[in-house]
Amino acid sequence: MIALLRRDLRLAIRAGGGFGLGLAFFLILVVLVPFGVGPNSDILSRIAPGILWVGALLSCLLSLDRIFQLDYEDGTLDLLATAPLPLEAAATLKALSHWLTTGLPLTIAAPFLGVLLSMPSGATFWLVASLALGTPALSMLGTFGAALTVGLKRGGLLVSLLVLPLYMPTLIFGAEAVRRGAEGLPATTALLFLAAITAGCAALLPFASAAALRMNLR
Amino acid sequence: MKFGVENLACRRGEVTVLTGVTFEVAAGEALILRAPNGAGKTTLLRCLAGLTPPVSGKLGFSTEDVAYAAHADGLKAQLSVEENLQFWADIFGTRDITPAVETFDLESLLTRRAQDLSAGQKRRLSLSRLMLTGRAIWALDEPTVSLDTENVARFAAAITAHMAAGGSAILATHIDLGLPSARTLDLSPYRAILQDAPSDDPFLDEAFL
Repeated sequence: MIALLRRDLRLAIRAGGGFGLGLAFFLILVVLVPFGVGPNSDILSRIAPGILWVGALLSCLLSLDRIFQLDYEDGTLDLLATAPLPLEAAATLKALSHWLTTGLPLTIAAPFLGVLLSMPSGATFWLVASLALGTPALSMLGTFGAALTVGLKRGGLLVSLLVLPLYMPTLIFGAEAVRRGAEGLPATTALLFLAAITAGCAALLPFASAAALRMNLR
Repeated sequence: MKFGVENLACRRGEVTVLTGVTFEVAAGEALILRAPNGAGKTTLLRCLAGLTPPVSGKLGFSTEDVAYAAHADGLKAQLSVEENLQFWADIFGTRDITPAVETFDLESLLTRRAQDLSAGQKRRLSLSRLMLTGRAIWALDEPTVSLDTENVARFAAAITAHMAAGGSAILATHIDLGLPSARTLDLSPYRAILQDAPSDDPFLDEAFL
């Protein structure tokens, strides 16, 4: 099982692997926003939680169609489906490697980029906590979307359309946790909701993704 | 390992391509599928490998025993030959990749990236994966594409060794491999519909089902 994860991580960091794509996009977005909005730090610090969360979500979206598409095109997915590794486990590992190459770097980079948006320092903890709890759900939902569209050429647009509505709850609770944290209000409820979404995704989506893959490989 | 199917119907997408396929292959035997392009060789092999569930009929074996080799090589261009093999060895729980490397003469290529291999070398690497699966039934779809005569012989030797060890194989191929105990099965009688024929035409259904 660990072999698939190791291979995916290795492929991600080799040339053309797409590691850093999401992170670079996130960085560009956050750097550009102050230029667009203007240097008024009051406005910036008020919109910072939302911008950071939307940025994280969009960078996740950017690399979704790679999750299964490359393996599908070169025939690896067929071979994996006939391997002793259950497709449910393969889908879980794919989501995990997507999170390790996208969600985790974003979570680590976010507090530093928060400074650019003059986010109140009290919110940093909540930002990291909400991203750490919420981005795994983004990767798992994205894996499900990618599994649904795996046979389609240029399925990227369709994945985005399918997955965006599913991302809404995560975005709402994630940004809400940071906003409340920034204002010094209790933010635990929003974090608990985020954790619940992630736990629910982890429990159910591998099965849905595997079923979608089986349908598409027929 | 002995395997067989009974009255099997398989489909590709939404179209039932084959019906009533029945055959049995003994341990140490190879079955060679002969049929024109588009007759359903790949469809049958994908069904045997468990990728497509049969429409009707019975598979007399577990798809867990089938090692499938498709048209596509299933290689990762950015990984070296050794990394590619080691990945599949880990997935199938095989410790040693040496026999596969030796059988297909891949020693000199081990550190080379798969993207720098020639088409024939890729095919060899892809076929050597079969030996890592440790599975008894090999289902091979056009395995000799882009292999030269020397490597076809090497591949035939690998299959012969596999069969001598009690394995069996089913191959879709257009060339003669010279396998010791091989039977040929013509798929044409099992075709569900004539290609390009409108499937809702009752006369055609009558005549060709």
